[in-house]
Amino acid sequence: MSFPWAKHYEPTNPVAKFFDEKLPLPRLVYNAVGAGYPVPRNLSYMWNFGVLAGFCLMLQIVTGVVLAMHYAANDAVAFSSVEHIMRDVNWGWAMRYAHANGASAFFVVIYLHIFRGFFYSSYKAPREMIWLIGVVIFLLMMATAFMGYVLPWGQMSFWGAKVITGLFGAIPLVGESLQVWLLGGYAPDNAALNRFFSLHFLLPFVIAGCVILHIWALHIPGSSNPTGVEVKSESDTVPFHPYYTAKDGFGLGVFLLVYCAFLFFMPNALGHPDNYIPANPLSTPAHIVPEWYFWPFYAILRAFTFDFILPAKLWGVLAMFAAILVWFFLPWLDKSPVRSGSYRPLFRIFFWVLVVDMLILFWLGGAAAEEPYVMFSQLATAYYFLHFLVILPIISSIEKPKPLPFSITEAVLGSDEKSVMDNKSEPTA
Amino acid sequence: MATTTDTANTEVVAEDGVRRRDFIEIAAVSAAGVGGLFTVLPLVSQMAPSKDVLAESTTELDISALEPGQSIKAVFRKQPVFVRNLTPREIEAADAVDVGDLRDPQTLAERTQEGHENILVVMGVCTHLGCVPLGAAEGENKGEYGGYFCPCHGSHYDTAARIRKGPAPTNLEVPDYTITDTTLVIG
Repeated sequence: MSFPWAKHYEPTNPVAKFFDEKLPLPRLVYNAVGAGYPVPRNLSYMWNFGVLAGFCLMLQIVTGVVLAMHYAANDAVAFSSVEHIMRDVNWGWAMRYAHANGASAFFVVIYLHIFRGFFYSSYKAPREMIWLIGVVIFLLMMATAFMGYVLPWGQMSFWGAKVITGLFGAIPLVGESLQVWLLGGYAPDNAALNRFFSLHFLLPFVIAGCVILHIWALHIPGSSNPTGVEVKSESDTVPFHPYYTAKDGFGLGVFLLVYCAFLFFMPNALGHPDNYIPANPLSTPAHIVPEWYFWPFYAILRAFTFDFILPAKLWGVLAMFAAILVWFFLPWLDKSPVRSGSYRPLFRIFFWVLVVDMLILFWLGGAAAEEPYVMFSQLATAYYFLHFLVILPIISSIEKPKPLPFSITEAVLGSDEKSVMDNKSEPTA
Repeated sequence: MATTTDTANTEVVAEDGVRRRDFIEIAAVSAAGVGGLFTVLPLVSQMAPSKDVLAESTTELDISALEPGQSIKAVFRKQPVFVRNLTPREIEAADAVDVGDLRDPQTLAERTQEGHENILVVMGVCTHLGCVPLGAAEGENKGEYGGYFCPCHGSHYDTAARIRKGPAPTNLEVPDYTITDTTLVIG
């Protein structure tokens, strides 16, 4: 793990020495996010989002545990217990708004983190495992966020639960019994609410476990960088602390400014007013949409309106899940030996087309289920899969990449000789 | 935390050896530290009683029908409170005690309100470990001193609800209350 020139943890005082012998936790931290972790010297601000995602996870766990102290998972009182949090509990309004907007912030950060990975092909060897675990984390996040949104037991909660569990009803043969089993009833009720609360409490800790695996896998090859050229010598890296603790700290400050603007000045901007109406199993809200972070996938779900061998309902569900599952195959779909989009002129164009396509899907997922939005969704969905399954493999075989710099140091300083501090160190290929 | 190990960075060093960057580091980390401390405030405060709990912090009782020798068990802040109209014999027994011999010296007059010396209002919470003492209801064990008896660990209270025997350290607590005509307001 790590490079031969990584600094070694040397405890100086007797207490630190005692600790290091019995339980080398400070050593672990030192090697993970301290001076003992050499990181490419050229990381841009796009490399801030991993740390920010970790921060969001902690934020959600802390505020979530607090909310769980006051919330009651029972369909008779769940809605009023949320109002109790808002009105009676000291700082309850802050905790709830911090949690609700924290979910949105988490997804903003994670989408940027994922698209950073797309542009710089962070999924390529030797980092496939980091990517695969990352996609698993994203799926867990979606499940957790969905179940959390059900807990306030408002109209959107209830109908969200009904529609999303309805997805499983599309599965042939077992679908309907599966949906009834998931809900513990024929429609969302107390049984569903209780199990969603239990799982909503559990899954963040599963995510935390996967994050540990994600970081562990990351520390084997080390961080990627904007050139995509692997680290060759000590002059290509700087210690994580203080260089990237400072850079991440600054990024965290900017993030918190935006987050607090939402939290304190427009806490309901990303929510739906209908969720302040208690759940009513007899009346569906006129315009039912999931939270904004599900919109692209919701648009894909709704794009299938015609039966073709399989029923339309099943196609929609398959496509929605496939839209994320296709990410698992990225390391093998994109065969280009060049990682960074900066040196891939053709890939770069199609990357931005994908970004636009994704933004269109975001827009369509929040739009009403009527023409022309349905047709737009169909086109955007088609392009989405075309990008991953056809365009990407073709680009990687026909593209002529721009010449890569010899090393990170050369990319930064123009020449590798200028700054090589220690030429004796072995380059790790 | 914010110490820099970067010795190559020696561009601007003042005569006292303090660099501009040292100042920025200390300022940035301090701001983050103070901000972090402030976020602890709501996390701690949220566990304190919420507004609906605090709103329940007074109890009103009608004591017009309370005859001498009768008690009411009421609830104040989700805990039992005993209101007893003492009989002349109970008042006599309480006043006959030499206050200096008591573990928690208090006279009956100190534990009641002027003009209402016969109305004894105490929390039904044993001062030992919080069980509910017996003696308020008809037929319950009143202990060796004719007041209250805590069955958990055997504390005996007298007719003025003062601790006389057993492990409890202090007399049964008298909550703040006011009596107007026939209404008793606790809290």
